[in-house]
Amino acid sequence: MEPSKTIDHAALAAEFNKDPERVDWHDATLWTVRQRRDMRAHQVPEWEALREMASQIKENVLSNLHSYLQQFEQNAIANGITVHWAEGAEDHNQIIYGILKAKGINQMVKSKSMLTEECGLNEFLGSKGIDVVDSDLGERIIQLAHQRPTHIVLPAIHLRKEEIGEIFHEHLGTPKGLSDPQELTETARQHLREVFLTRRAALTGVNFGIAETGEFVVCTNEGNADMGAHLSEVHIASMGLEKLVPTRQHMGIFLRLLARSATGQPITTYSSHFSVPRPGQEMHIVLVDKGRTRQLGRPDFRASLKCIKCAACMNTCPVYRRSGGYSYQATIAGPIGSILTPNLDMDKYKNLPFASTLCGSCTNVCPVKIDIHQQLFKWRQEIIKEGKGSAQKTFSMKLMASILSSPGKYKLSGSAFKWVSKWMPFLVKNKMNPWYRQRDMPQAPATSFKEWYKKNV
Amino acid sequence: MTTREKILKAVLENQPASTPPPEVFFFPQETGNLSDKFADTLISIGGRAIVVQGLDAIGPLLPKYFDTTRRIATNIPELAGTAGLISQDVDPHSFQDIEVMLMRAHFGIAENGAVWITEQLMGQRILPFIPQHLAVVISASDIVPTMQQAYQRIGSARYRFGSFIAGPSKTADIEQALVLGAHGPRTMTAFIVH
Repeated sequence: MEPSKTIDHAALAAEFNKDPERVDWHDATLWTVRQRRDMRAHQVPEWEALREMASQIKENVLSNLHSYLQQFEQNAIANGITVHWAEGAEDHNQIIYGILKAKGINQMVKSKSMLTEECGLNEFLGSKGIDVVDSDLGERIIQLAHQRPTHIVLPAIHLRKEEIGEIFHEHLGTPKGLSDPQELTETARQHLREVFLTRRAALTGVNFGIAETGEFVVCTNEGNADMGAHLSEVHIASMGLEKLVPTRQHMGIFLRLLARSATGQPITTYSSHFSVPRPGQEMHIVLVDKGRTRQLGRPDFRASLKCIKCAACMNTCPVYRRSGGYSYQATIAGPIGSILTPNLDMDKYKNLPFASTLCGSCTNVCPVKIDIHQQLFKWRQEIIKEGKGSAQKTFSMKLMASILSSPGKYKLSGSAFKWVSKWMPFLVKNKMNPWYRQRDMPQAPATSFKEWYKKNV
Repeated sequence: MTTREKILKAVLENQPASTPPPEVFFFPQETGNLSDKFADTLISIGGRAIVVQGLDAIGPLLPKYFDTTRRIATNIPELAGTAGLISQDVDPHSFQDIEVMLMRAHFGIAENGAVWITEQLMGQRILPFIPQHLAVVISASDIVPTMQQAYQRIGSARYRFGSFIAGPSKTADIEQALVLGAHGPRTMTAFIVH
């Protein structure tokens, strides 16, 4: 395999930052979502206890995944659902193509599924002559614009309403200049209703699979998963291996946490439980590994598989909010994405764990208590150990280590910095010094602490 | 080895030592009238809550809230006089012109304004989603405090399909501006029967 091209997060973030007004808007909008999350969380006195239970439930799931998967499969089959297993994107896509081909279907409606996004399903089916329409409004917008989602819950959060108006004008025939969200949504409603009524196949993602019963739960606000699934002859659900919960009783904990963490709603409008297919309908579940078993085997990073994809870590992250989803070039951006992606392709995503201030805000809002910032820090160590750090960082870290381990060098470097700052400031205040790019260098003090201590104590 | 066997083998090799599931705690909830709290929450998420004294009171209220010149449908036999009873075995696509759908819900949840409806009460599963407006009938005594009591109440009941529905279909995908009526009902009303 060719080594993949490394994503240069800093360069892509710099690109996003060329439009400061958009950055401010993006930052403020996501911060509002974070504040709504806080408001809702604070209304629940047992919030912290719920997080702790959710965390322990997911730990139980991951440590007994082998038996839960088989229990889920067995119950789903007993319910009349066909269960498929896929190792990666290729067999996931082939399985779905096979199901559609057997029914002679060449059009499908899809609700939000980051997994199929990650697998490149739309492009694959397109190449086989099968047309896929994304039905979540945000996903439909970016599909029409031939873009990728920048946020797992709010896929079109990078676009302004005027830009969406332009996309709708071009593709859906709305009047030029129309940018009212209400009117644009109404246009999409009419357009997609026609799609729902004419598609024989629907694909949905899965938020939770319940091992005890073999049913799966799909959460939406728009109702698009249900509109697609209940009008179609074939319902396919793509599901990551880690989405299981042991029992229905555990679902109560997760549905208390999910929407409050994601958008600050007490629950999503629809939390639909699919157990038995409609008479005459085929229902399929595709269980997908795609790197999950490998991540399960990494003791430092397996906790990332507890994620329920609420995106609270993205909304709170000062780096994500100001660098935009595209700077990560990954289906799942932001803090959690930066833990998941190096597992998939370390060369490609080795810069992402560094796209963090390690402030820990992500860890504090995570509803399943993933130690996100700790894992980002661990990935950095792993990446440096593998010799994949950037030359500049490796050099400066080695220099730093050498200086800090020797009192003589430390003393010398302190006075050297003072001297340079005073007499030759251009040596540190230049573009070669990454620290100086967005910040001013500190003023060197007149006396060092050591000198002050000798004099005064 | 099949893909299934390969994946299960990798899971078994890579999963950590087993930890037990936690004890699931139930938390003391604010006391007070659960049906009032349910109504307040539902209104706060864009729904409507109307207290009625009996099923008979619903029919006369409909023209106040809905365009009754359009198709009003129900699967509640007692409301057959005010709305068209739907037939269970027609093509679900034929429900696309329903203006208002009236159906029963099993129970509601005070903390989030959701109601639980299974296929048994829906008749056909598309019916809570496809109408322009959804109206559910719920008994004031059938309200539980939180989602945890909701699943406790569901227990191990067998249902083929069921959904928690909380308010009207909505989206905020354009600049986070909240718009009611994305793909499903534009409004959601709960008639709370005392």
